[in-house]
Amino acid sequence: MTIEKIVSILDARVLCGEDKLSLVVKSACCSDLMSDVLAFVNEKTLLLTGLTNMHVLRTAEILDLKCIIFARGKVPSDEIIERAKQMNLVVLTANKTMFTCAGLLYEGGLRGAAMTWDEEKEEVK
Amino acid sequence: MIAESFSVEKGDYLRAGEASTKMKNMLKKLGIGGSVLRRISVAAYEVEMNLVIHSFGGTLSINVDGDYIWLISEDIGPGIPNIENAMREGYSTADEVAQGMGFGAGMGIPNMKRNADIFNIESELNKGTKISMGFLLGGGNGE
Repeated sequence: MTIEKIVSILDARVLCGEDKLSLVVKSACCSDLMSDVLAFVNEKTLLLTGLTNMHVLRTAEILDLKCIIFARGKVPSDEIIERAKQMNLVVLTANKTMFTCAGLLYEGGLRGAAMTWDEEKEEVK
Repeated sequence: MIAESFSVEKGDYLRAGEASTKMKNMLKKLGIGGSVLRRISVAAYEVEMNLVIHSFGGTLSINVDGDYIWLISEDIGPGIPNIENAMREGYSTADEVAQGMGFGAGMGIPNMKRNADIFNIESELNKGTKISMGFLLGGGNGE
């Protein structure tokens, strides 16, 4: 799914990265807990979150994520948007709850990112 | 051997993560990429956050030595009272400030252990904690 389509599905506002809306995103993850994103996400995916501090960007940088969507209409500080521009990220804000954002994207065909430790978890079962 | 060391201050949430991202960029320049780079970066970020959240301050160093990259975190206290608990997923003593940042959910140390090929933790109360993690280049965990 292109980011352009995501913008249209969520009726989102582009905060930075307008020139990169043709990028294709293959999966998504959704969390306010950066530790969980670091622990479980194994793809260069998009992150849907309600957290707007610098650690969202740092997590994106560590995992090479390409797109961040802030749910519940949240807009981070100018400093964070500036840093996101330097990192070549696409940043969107959507005026819907995280549940609704995730549901709409799923309905549109986007699926969850593969979890890093799927195989290990299977063994535990 | 290539080595670099970064000091990490207690409670400095604004700069927390800087050392890890610098390390990541340094390793990238050395031609290290893929899964091993991701694992080192995640472990570095988690251990750096732990230094900021829990320690009185410390250092984070990286050594590129032959087949292994070593990531070593050493702090000046307060030490972990019960390492077994700290190793358990979901166990956390982090405060609300850390939780507000998206951390402190008890994933830190388990996450480091999962990502590293070699993991060692030593801690002494009122003295400090040392975490050593080895990452095998061109193989190892998850590759």
